Amino acid sequence: MSDLKKYKKDFLLKALKDMLLIRRFEEKTAQMYGLRKIGGFLHLYNGQEAVAVGAVAAVDLKTDYLLTSYRDHGHALAVGMKPESIMAEMFGKITGCARGKGGSMHMFDVERHFLGGNGIVGGQIPMATGVAFKQMYDQDGGVTLCFFGDGAIHQGAFHESLNYAKIWNLPVIYIVENNHFGMGTAVSRVSGVDDFSLKAAGYDLQGKVINGMDFLEVYEGISEVVKDSRKNGNAWLLDIKTYRYKGHSASDPAKYRTKDELESYKKQDPIIKLKSQMIEAKLITEDDFKDFDEEIKKAVQDAVDFADKSEEPALHTIYEDILA
Amino acid sequence: MPEIQMRDAIRQAMDEEMARDEKVFLLGEEVGEYNGAYKVSKGLLDKYGEKRVRDTPIAELGFTGLAVGAASVGLRPIVEWMTFNFALLALDQVINNAAKMRHMSGGQMSVPIVFRGPNGPAEYLSSQHSQALASYFVHVPGLKVLAPSTPYDAKGLLKSAIRDNNPVVFLESEMSYGWTGEVPEEEYLIPIGKADVKRKGSDVTLISFSKPVRMVLEAADRLAEMGIDAEVVDLRSLRPLDEETVYASVRKTNRAVIIDESWPMASVGSHVSWLISRNCFDDLDAPVELVSSEDVPMPYNHKLELAVQPSVDKIIAAAKRVSYKE
Repeated sequence: MSDLKKYKKDFLLKALKDMLLIRRFEEKTAQMYGLRKIGGFLHLYNGQEAVAVGAVAAVDLKTDYLLTSYRDHGHALAVGMKPESIMAEMFGKITGCARGKGGSMHMFDVERHFLGGNGIVGGQIPMATGVAFKQMYDQDGGVTLCFFGDGAIHQGAFHESLNYAKIWNLPVIYIVENNHFGMGTAVSRVSGVDDFSLKAAGYDLQGKVINGMDFLEVYEGISEVVKDSRKNGNAWLLDIKTYRYKGHSASDPAKYRTKDELESYKKQDPIIKLKSQMIEAKLITEDDFKDFDEEIKKAVQDAVDFADKSEEPALHTIYEDILA
Repeated sequence: MPEIQMRDAIRQAMDEEMARDEKVFLLGEEVGEYNGAYKVSKGLLDKYGEKRVRDTPIAELGFTGLAVGAASVGLRPIVEWMTFNFALLALDQVINNAAKMRHMSGGQMSVPIVFRGPNGPAEYLSSQHSQALASYFVHVPGLKVLAPSTPYDAKGLLKSAIRDNNPVVFLESEMSYGWTGEVPEEEYLIPIGKADVKRKGSDVTLISFSKPVRMVLEAADRLAEMGIDAEVVDLRSLRPLDEETVYASVRKTNRAVIIDESWPMASVGSHVSWLISRNCFDDLDAPVELVSSEDVPMPYNHKLELAVQPSVDKIIAAAKRVSYKE
């Protein structure tokens, strides 16, 4: 159990607000999908907020980089992308971060060192390894966070990457956001091991299991390995156990799991947990929480209004953004 | 002007660009200590050290994707695939990442990278190791694809490819690494996207690229003896494609034969054939001919494998057909 008292109020408050923003944003996103303002595949992050927010709090994106899979809205918000730019992208508008070319699965913000948003399961893992290669090549002191789901861990891309990270001493932290289901398939049905951190040993790397339902446990766990990676060029494999409240994508009713299982995770909700701890420590009151929840809801509605009012991309833009 | 081998021309291009730009590095199987499976990278490890000449494990998907990641944050990798047959293992990283990053990020990212190695049939290698796979890459927007036929073109084009800010696929050929040609000592670059007329002629246009160009030039000499004056267009750059040079030649000769060692379906040859038919229809005096590989996997037996591929005789026969001189 982490000690809340070690931390300044501002730090904790930012984490709480960041997680709440992701939750409210995703709730609104689901609504917008229902209204057909958003199309295609939509993978929501509800329940997993502590992972992205805890991880981003543990790095410095001036030197460090972050890559993830198609379940990317949470990471996009955690790195500080504007909700307007993300929502507009999902609405397919020219004001979106990828000018309406990427959609939900492909959020990018190069200035914030957030390199997507990859739609192929495991496709970002070799790329993230290459970003860390550059950090090693230039000896610039940066580290790379590479997020992927438990479904990606059986891809060859994952296994090949860990080997490169070891033989070339690359400062990359591989983070399995283990929400226990690769789409509709339970981990236990497709994996010989339950603890993915064990797979690090096969490449002579270190691994660790972290509770992803707790912001401070994620923050502290990742901070520790980031320090080692930055200093010694060691790669790490983290199995962060988390849970997604929604289906794999917006079209998935998630009939492969029980209501009881979902409810048991909702009782460990990372936002409610940090909120309760902060109220108990007298850092905030219930009313404070209600106030900034209202502010966040308004910010999310502003993002929707912005996306709504934004222009469609002009037809000639189909020929743009292909070659440099 | 010194005469050097194709492999030396390719090495000179890499050497010069590595000396010029610290961000350029080479990685692939056997490129370092072994000096390259085909000795293309000979001496580079000694000169630049392990930081910039990296031997990789036999894991093409991994090192290709790693290089794409490194390129996306500012390095300029040269990926050597031991052959393009093995590049198929890495195709996801080329098509889904290298070619798409700029697009999916709305123009925020660029991926300056070169993928190079031998493509196309060699000898006695059977069907997994003798394949002409240009179409796999040419098909994809977001990539550039080059296929030189001479040491001079290879050096000038590879230098341009390394300096280009996009993913460039550079098709070499095992059979031509030992071919020699004149390469000047002073530095030069050949712009991407320009075809080269390798032989001027007025009766028929022979269009080709990569290794078959030499065979096409031999066929042109034989055709001259028969009174047919062939023009030979070497495409050199397959994407972007220099359509204007092709059309200018066909509009002059009114006859076109395309020679492409790939299989015929959905190939560069079949595409160029469609372009000519569509854009030079009124200029054509005969249907466009395509001399391709037979539509079969490559057999091991030497007589059979030669029969599968384009040949001087097949090119001559096609040129005579379009000239109505059978």
